[in-house]
Parts: sequence; structure tokens; C-alpha cells
Amino acid sequence: MSHHNADSSRIDALFERLKADKEKAFVAFVTAGDPDLEVSAAILAGLPQAGADIIELGMPFTDPMADGPSIQAASQRALAAGQTLKGTLDMVRDFRVSNDTTPIVLMGYYNPIYIYGVETFVADAKTAGVDGLIIVDLPPEEDDELCLPAMQGGLNFIRLATPTTDDKRLPEVLNNTSGFVYYVSITGITGSAAPQQQAVADNIARIKNHTKLPVCVGFGIRTAEQAAAMADIADGVVVGSALVDVIGETAENKAKTAEKVLTLASALAKGVKTK
Amino acid sequence: MEQKNSYRAGPDEKGRFGLYGGRFVAETLMPLILDLEANYEAAKEDDAFAAQLEDLQTHYVGRPSPLYFAERLTEHFGGAKIYLKRDELNHTGSHKINNCLGQILLAKRMGKTRIIAETGAGQHGVAVATVAARFGLPCTVFMGATDIERQKPNVFRMKLLGADIRPVTSGAGTLKDAMNEALRDWVTNVEDTFYIIGTVAGPHPYPAMVRDFQSIIGRETKEQMLAREGRLPDTLIACIGGGSNAMGLFHPFLDDGEVNIIGVEAGGFGLETPDHAASLAGGAPGVLHGNRTYLLQDDVGQIIEGHSISAGLDYPGIGPEHAYLRDTGRVTYVSATDQEALEAFQLITRLEGIIPALEPSHALAHVGKIAGDLPANHLLVMNMCGRGDKDVFAVADHLNVEL
Repeated sequence: MSHHNADSSRIDALFERLKADKEKAFVAFVTAGDPDLEVSAAILAGLPQAGADIIELGMPFTDPMADGPSIQAASQRALAAGQTLKGTLDMVRDFRVSNDTTPIVLMGYYNPIYIYGVETFVADAKTAGVDGLIIVDLPPEEDDELCLPAMQGGLNFIRLATPTTDDKRLPEVLNNTSGFVYYVSITGITGSAAPQQQAVADNIARIKNHTKLPVCVGFGIRTAEQAAAMADIADGVVVGSALVDVIGETAENKAKTAEKVLTLASALAKGVKTK
Repeated sequence: MEQKNSYRAGPDEKGRFGLYGGRFVAETLMPLILDLEANYEAAKEDDAFAAQLEDLQTHYVGRPSPLYFAERLTEHFGGAKIYLKRDELNHTGSHKINNCLGQILLAKRMGKTRIIAETGAGQHGVAVATVAARFGLPCTVFMGATDIERQKPNVFRMKLLGADIRPVTSGAGTLKDAMNEALRDWVTNVEDTFYIIGTVAGPHPYPAMVRDFQSIIGRETKEQMLAREGRLPDTLIACIGGGSNAMGLFHPFLDDGEVNIIGVEAGGFGLETPDHAASLAGGAPGVLHGNRTYLLQDDVGQIIEGHSISAGLDYPGIGPEHAYLRDTGRVTYVSATDQEALEAFQLITRLEGIIPALEPSHALAHVGKIAGDLPANHLLVMNMCGRGDKDVFAVADHLNVEL
């Protein structure tokens, strides 16, 4: 396994490789600690083999305001299982023992990080092997809080662009964004209505007028067919709620949870990779 | 002109009151709150907007609300001269209507065609449903399933007014969860929807805007006290959940250094227990619902549900301007327990023939703790921000009375 020095970005390396291979990225979202710490670690360890190019790892929070019922429930299961931000970083550290290439992006809300302490968090996340951060409630107006310290600490800060982000605002949103741009395909919460391909395509073209960064699309993508359609027009596809729903459905009998999640992840990855 | 060392200068251009406030929202909402801010700034400069609001406040709400000298309460405590600012006499029975009228006029001005809101006790929900009916806009109110159960009269009032009530079952099913759900709706329906937030919290410009609409309470109080006593009051007291009635009373007096200002948080079963809603006394700074402020949270930053006998006070946060006023020391924050509020509720009902809401009963409990030790020429104003009709069933329950 190749060794990366501290300053190279696993995310940049991944997209360079995918570009050379004319492939798109499959970004798999799961919440850290869902349904419990052990099963969650097994899912995380198995995702690269199942075809995930990037793992977006949710940091559970009591009040996930931009998330739909699936990811809210995932947060609650993980918190009930005793997950903390420190526990999430421990999971990443354990994952990195056997995998030094698959980028991990932490996704969540600011308060747990604020309470952990921004400087300490950035240092600990970097040491654990985290590559990037997606923090839902930190728009560019609040860049001083975490975005700038994270960039200085060698973490990518991945911003969400949305259908309401107009051309006037896009440069502000893209400034200080690195790794990739996460295009939120709908106005709404995670796990809601499926996006319209043409509208998303138009918006991706609009974003690409402003940046050379890869653009990944998420929100509302549940099936391999939808993933394939989005992969035609974007550099990567994020699926979260559909994977998390499998965890929720098997919460009573967790023996099969990891296997079922990874089976769905494989199917979704095939959708993304079908050219 | 703002004074340089004014407590009234905030927020700054980032929406901050010192460390607190800000705009911690998802990108989808960011263009909306910037648009809201621009429209609100324009409306503030528009004489026609002010005139329409004033006309409604006079003829629809019934303002100015009286500043009433509570003679028997004063005699009972045997100290300070106690005045009640009677905002419970407003149309809909609380101060909440002051803010809702301002915001719905802004919604109309911005061409929005759908109203959403969160509510805890239902007082804000009723006020929103009222103005929505008055202006003919469809209205959806998010309310925790637990709160729906304990505030049945207000739920029915909202339904009569034509509002669509959406029960929220996530979390503990109270105000915090209702606010999460309202934000989820807003992020989904960005084109046509105006979110009427009920307190001085949320992303900028809400804390400042709600404060401005509520400041009519303090401006009237100032004028009425000067007319009546020829000078400013010595002490102001108001209860605090999110803190909108308190901010409304306090703000016009913040630069009057001789006026002592006290906010009363909900102490629930007591600050020594986990069951209270005193964000300032028992919380720590954090970020939730669009702003940085004091929050009830555990040591890893997860939010804890507040508890209070009053559904209007059990919110785990508080308006960011209160957080700032606490840190600067300009306002003193104390708390009163469920039991103290319940006793105060009964006392004022018997002595003054005024049945208060459980929220201002907390403020009254604190009046009882200090009034007796103050001299007879000490002018004390308490904000009677809501009436108790909605609470009689809950109070009966606490007093073990079968209705």
C-alpha cells in the first residue's frame, strides 16, 4: 500500500486516478457508531472493497437540522450506542491501520466540534487520518470558525453548493473549498425527493464555470439506476439515506447488518461505474 | 445616532452580539436569510411599513398595553412599588402578536405566500395562526407531540384559525424539535415560504428583528412611567425562555445605567437537578438553530432537553443578545423553580384578579423574593407577558384538582 506524506491529499489523488481511468466516484455515507460501534467499524472496513471511493462518515448530533428521518434515526442509534466525536476519530484511526488510500470525509454539525475545541479537533482529525470535513451549519460567512483552521491544519473543507446558491454567491461558496464540491441536488433535507437529472446537469455546468474542482452530487439518490444517471453528469455520486435505512431495518438483528449494507453499496457502486 | 459605548449597538454586520449570534445555517438557507436581512433593513426605512404596523398595533392588538400599578401586590410584599406591563391584554393573550404582525407584514412585502412557524406552549403558534388568518395566508405550525398533548386548548385555537398543525415526534417532541422540523420545512420550500420565528433566537437577522418588533413593550413602558412617576423605573423584571418578551422590555433601557435589569430563567425542579431550562445558569456557549449562545448540553456537545412546568420556557437555548448581556454584566439573570412559579401564579390571581401565564409567573416569583427588601419609592416593573387561560388545566393538574 502506498504511503502518503502528511501534506498530500488523498482526495486529490483519488480524483486524479479516476479522471485518468475515466471513472466516477462513489461516495458512501454512513453514520459513525450506527447501529453500534462494532458493526459500524465492520461496515467502514468493508466499504472500500464494496466499491466506495470515498467514505463520508457522519458525526452523530442530537439536532441534525438538515437531515431527513433516516439520518436523524441513524444519529439517535449511534448516540444511544455511546458514540462521541472522540469515538468517531478512534474509528478512523483504526480504519487507517489497514487502509491508507480511501479518503474519509467527516460530515456533521458544528457544535460537537466547537465543544471539543477547534484547534485540538483539527490536529486530532489529521492525526487520525481524516481527509476532509463537511459541516452543514458553517456557511462561508462563518469561515473563521473552522474552515480556515482546518485548511491550515491540512484538512480539505468541502462546501455544499445548492440550487439556491446563485452565480453571484457561487464564488464566495467556492472560495476556501478544496477536495471537491458537494452539490446538493434538491432544496430539501437528506433522503427526500429524487433529483431531476437535467436540472442537476445545468447546475453542475454552472458550478464548473467557476471551479476546476470535481463536483459530487448528493441528496435523494437511492438506487443504482439513479446513481448511474447522476454519474453521467457529475464527477461523483453520494448515497446516504438508502444505506442508512438498511442499518435501521436490521437494527433488531444486527448479525446481517454489515453484509446487507455492503451488498447495497456494491450495487450502488456498480451503478456509478457503469459507463 | 448610536452611542459608542452603547449596549444597544448590536448586532454587528456579521449578526454578532460580542461572541454570540451569527449565521450558522445550511447553504440552502443562506441566500434566504441574506434576502430577509436586506428586506428588513429596507422595511425599517419605510414610513408606510411603520404606519401600517402602528395602525394594526393600535386597532387590532389594542396597544399601548397598560402599565398597571399593582396596589395589593405592593402592599402584600411591603416594599417596592410594583407595576405590571399588561401585555397579556393584547389580542391573542400574549406579547407574541407584536412580533408576528411585524413579520407577516414583511412576508407580504417580500411576496411570500406561505407561513411556517414553531411553537412550544402554543402562544406563538396562536399568534402566527391569527396573523395568517388576518392576511389570508396558509400557515403550517410545527409543534412537539408532547406539547400538543399538554396544550390542547391552544392546539384547537390554531386549528380554528385555519392553521395546519404538524406534530413533531423526533427528540422529546418539544420546542427544540419543532424548531428543527420548521427549519427542515423551510429548506425544502425556499421559494414561497416565510418562517416566522417566535423568539429572539435563530440566525441573524432574526434575533435583532424580533427584538425590534418587541421593543414596543419597553418604549411604551418608558413613556408610561415617565408620565406616571416622572422618572425611569429602578428595576425591570421579565421571564426568559428564548427571551423575546424580556428583550422587548429591556432593550430601550439598556443604556439607562441607573435601571437595574433582571431576567428570570425557568429553574424547573431546581438548578441542582438536571431538570431545568436555565441555559445561562446551567449551560455553556455552543451553536444550535443558527446562532451561538448558551445551550443546555452535555460535555461532548450534544443538546439536552430543558424542563419547565411552562412549555414556553423549556427550550435548551436563549437569545444570543441575552448571552451577551449576561457576559457583560448589564443584565442580571436568576431563576425560579416550577414550585415557586406555581405559588406566584396563585398569589397574583387572588391578590390582583389577574390569572397570569406560567411563564410570567416565574418573573413574579422573583419579584416576591426581592420586593419586600426594597424601599417604598423603588419603582419595579414586571412584564406580564401572557395570560393564564391556556394553563388552567395544567395548573389544576399540579394542584391535584379534578376539572
